[in-house]
Amino acid sequence: MTEILDIVLLSFMIVLAVAVSRMQNLFMAAMMMGIFSFLSAIMFTLLDAVDVAFTEAAVGAGVSTVLLLGTLSLTTHEEKVVKKNNALALLVVLITGSALIYGTLDMPQFGDPNAPVHQHVADRYIEKSEKEIDIPNIVTSVLASYRGYDTLGEVTVIFTAGIGVILLMGHIWRKEDEQ
Amino acid sequence: MISVGLFNYWACMILMMIGLYTAIARPNLVKKLIGLSIFQVSVFLLYISMGKVSGGTAPILGEGIDTYSNPLPHVLILTAIVVGIATLSLGLALVVRIGEAYDTIEEDEIIERDVVND
Repeated sequence: MTEILDIVLLSFMIVLAVAVSRMQNLFMAAMMMGIFSFLSAIMFTLLDAVDVAFTEAAVGAGVSTVLLLGTLSLTTHEEKVVKKNNALALLVVLITGSALIYGTLDMPQFGDPNAPVHQHVADRYIEKSEKEIDIPNIVTSVLASYRGYDTLGEVTVIFTAGIGVILLMGHIWRKEDEQ
Repeated sequence: MISVGLFNYWACMILMMIGLYTAIARPNLVKKLIGLSIFQVSVFLLYISMGKVSGGTAPILGEGIDTYSNPLPHVLILTAIVVGIATLSLGLALVVRIGEAYDTIEEDEIIERDVVND
């Protein structure tokens, strides 16, 4: 059952991505991106990544849609019709895509418990995190403790991005205040 | 029983290429960022697909469960989602700023205006 759901959802996501890519109305494209993010959140739930699923639903479908709509309200919501032929771009994409798909051919089958991904530290986290951290959710203990430096780096990136946004948008906000 | 096999990885690659095409072929800057978001989601899906163990459950410890999916890709992607939104917001702020300075967010028109100004 989950296999069928998996294939159907992924096919739906591909159709949606093509639609978003071809859409001239940017407002509609932004809303479709919200649907796309929700579909990916369902996929994450199917693939047992519940923490990722709710982060994607809140951040990917919520915040990024709001940001896109905000940008469109400050600029324009209609994309110019493209007349130019993009044969070169299509060629580059097709070559890259075939190379990547060729690269997947010797990857382990989906769900294979003996895949190299599962042979490293994951077992240790699953076995020892209850004793060492005492939190039932392994993802939380890895995020906050074993790989805490990653999270620190993440916070640094968000802080830098926040400063960048304030510097770029600051004078627009000041202009609005003066009016 | 249908076996998914490598379909998940192929779907991720196709999504990735749709995102890449949108980012390089569309002149509209917001559309480029949307393409970048599609690309990002496909990478997330690729990682999470690799972490799945068949018959496993979500990595939350419970009585009588002995097969869990790999929690490590989940942690990495959790970080990547938040970093992704940070880069998206910075990119959109740049688009707003460019739109204000050039009065357009189409790449070819911006380059045209740059050439005229030089």
